[in-house]
Amino acid sequence: MKPAPFRYADPDTLDEALAVLSDEGEGAKVLAGGQSLLPLLSMRLAAPTTLVDINRVPGLDTVEATGDGVRVGALVRHNTLLHDGAAARVQPLLTRATANVAHPAIRNRGTTVGSIAHADPSGEMTSVLALTDGSVTVATPSGVETIPWSELFVGPLETSVHGPAVVTSAFFPALPPRSGTAFAEVARRKGDYAVCGAGVVVTLDDDRRVSAVRASYLSVGLVPEVHDLTEAVAGSPVDSADWGKAAALAQSLVEPDTDLHASADYRRLLVGVLTERTLTSAAVEAAGRAA
Amino acid sequence: MTIDTERDVVLTVNGVPHEVTVPVRRLLSDALRHDLGLTGTHVGCEHGVCGACTVLVDGRPMRSCLMLAVQAAGSEIQTVEGLATDDGRGGQKLHPVQEAFRECHALQCGFCTPGFLMTIKAGLEERDRSAEISEEEVDEIVGGNLCRCTGYANIKKAVRHAAAAMQDGAE
Repeated sequence: MKPAPFRYADPDTLDEALAVLSDEGEGAKVLAGGQSLLPLLSMRLAAPTTLVDINRVPGLDTVEATGDGVRVGALVRHNTLLHDGAAARVQPLLTRATANVAHPAIRNRGTTVGSIAHADPSGEMTSVLALTDGSVTVATPSGVETIPWSELFVGPLETSVHGPAVVTSAFFPALPPRSGTAFAEVARRKGDYAVCGAGVVVTLDDDRRVSAVRASYLSVGLVPEVHDLTEAVAGSPVDSADWGKAAALAQSLVEPDTDLHASADYRRLLVGVLTERTLTSAAVEAAGRAA
Repeated sequence: MTIDTERDVVLTVNGVPHEVTVPVRRLLSDALRHDLGLTGTHVGCEHGVCGACTVLVDGRPMRSCLMLAVQAAGSEIQTVEGLATDDGRGGQKLHPVQEAFRECHALQCGFCTPGFLMTIKAGLEERDRSAEISEEEVDEIVGGNLCRCTGYANIKKAVRHAAAAMQDGAE
């Protein structure tokens, strides 16, 4: 349970980090919070030749909340985002989901962007990036590019970011007007990986009727997906919408897998339960914001 | 910037700077135990699940098995050895959390105890100390640490006990 030998660099600038990543080639890996990477090293599931620790790179530790959305820098710890009031006002899903990320000791060191770059389908923030239609900014030696979530996640623990590159920030668009959100998960123990989790956004029209319903799940499927559940409840007045119908639609759309922790059937059951529960709560919030 | 397999670092633990040469792959938990001889920090699962190795890094609880020793250079590290204070009579005065663990029989074999103590200390210092602690707060504080002996009833009792002792206005 000790990491295999590697070389270590802790560059002072982003350019320096990219230069080291280029020089060291395929075997180099970026280290930020390390809360997912270090267990992989200790269990020898990964054995990079070089770790490029970006913790000294300036300018990556800020949360910028504007009317358009929230930009989270690569060195922002989960705990910082969890307590960022401005970010929560612009996109409440950030706080709600982050509260479910592991335990305080992990949240103090782990980073939101690192969690996204790790691309674990059980991760809260990968799911929230998808649900909010977010994107990441990636710095490479040839420049900076923006990758939308739909092109980012390729498979479990796999993204489309290759070669010498540092994911420098993630952008979560603002919650639209007359909308509400909710996030819930079922885990065996508090803070463990969720057996199933759900995040939802409910949007109403000017007459307080349901105009859009989106949901994204954790630990269901190989990559984050967003499901449009609008057709089950479109046009229903928010107070009398049949959220069970939307939950049934969700159950028919997801393709969960069986693993050591739960069967596919049980996960589908949880998708139904969590969808109805979160939609009911999100609807109340949407109604409040539409008033 | 250099690319190294070994580094000379200064680790400041419980206020005392230690100059050590460590392989860069050395985990902070192992550096504390093997290089500095501070074996109060226990190593359980070595992948961040059990919480036994939790120490405070610049005042915040973190898993020392999920940090490299070289990353801790420049930070103030506090371990269980730094909890008790000098009582001025040649002995030591236990920290309120340690005192509460003793009062409430919150340990049996003691393996998980250092991690619990550090986690709870930080959790209780961070909270609003003007209010009485709630059950939810207690669960949130200890939720990331595993005990395999007794269960958690006495540990949670100790958290409430220590919270009362550390509450504003308490002696």
